[in-house]
Amino acid sequence: MKIGVTRFPGTNCDFDVWNFAKARGHEPVWLWHGDRFKTDDVDMVLVPGGFSYGDYLRCGALAAKSPVMDSVREFAGKGKPVMGICNGFQILCESHLLPGVLVRNRGIKFIDDWVDLKVENSNTHFAGKLSKGETVRLPIAHGEGCFMASADDLKSLEDKGQVWLRYEKNPNGSLKDIAGVMNEGKNVAALMPHPERALFDWMGGMDGGKFL
Amino acid sequence: MKFGVKVMPREVILYSQGRAVEQTLKSHQHNLTHCRVGKFIEIEVPASDEAQGRDMVKKMAEFVLYNPLIETYEIMRMP
Repeated sequence: MKIGVTRFPGTNCDFDVWNFAKARGHEPVWLWHGDRFKTDDVDMVLVPGGFSYGDYLRCGALAAKSPVMDSVREFAGKGKPVMGICNGFQILCESHLLPGVLVRNRGIKFIDDWVDLKVENSNTHFAGKLSKGETVRLPIAHGEGCFMASADDLKSLEDKGQVWLRYEKNPNGSLKDIAGVMNEGKNVAALMPHPERALFDWMGGMDGGKFL
Repeated sequence: MKFGVKVMPREVILYSQGRAVEQTLKSHQHNLTHCRVGKFIEIEVPASDEAQGRDMVKKMAEFVLYNPLIETYEIMRMP
């Protein structure tokens, strides 16, 4: 599968995600923030983490308005798979491809840790190797990972099976312990933890491989 | 013509920045009951009158400057 990896000024997990794609047997290609792409150019889009545009204004807000995200919206509109990780989650929310928003962690501090996550939905493009109800262990590294949404959106997320992952022990104050969500079509999904940082035993865990 | 856009976190949001500043001020014996931290953005536009300028800035605010889920905004004319 050809996987497009977006790069914005301030993206810093781009090479990790590139190697993630390669390690899982896929062919990564770069998608530059200032360029558009055709929906047939890639089979999937990965929006990696980092600090796009220095987190200026709001995390992900400026990246969401870049030309490449116009193409990502068009790509997602055709039902093709898009996955965001960490800052990629923030960008997809600000792009209105996912509901909600990520704000400062409840405890103010940046958190760098490993977390246990419960898989709530395995019926997606991204979770072929994940089973509903299983627990996976992944690292987190974020200052603004507290997921918030309106009461209506939260209810809709639950009712339509759009909650992807939940923290077993909530590290950041996210509503309903949400660590990852999907859109209604289940072709756009994102999570705050970093699967690309948990691929091999020497990394401290291998559960990340189940995400691609 | 210059305008200011004040962006504030919604009251319902438990906003940690205001809380942190409040705690620091209180720990230094300053007398306050509540503190909230927002943003102030100055924008200069080539408008011929205030109504047109406000309209231009409103479009910018709604395009990217604030997120209605967590923030409110207010536009003010600046000297």
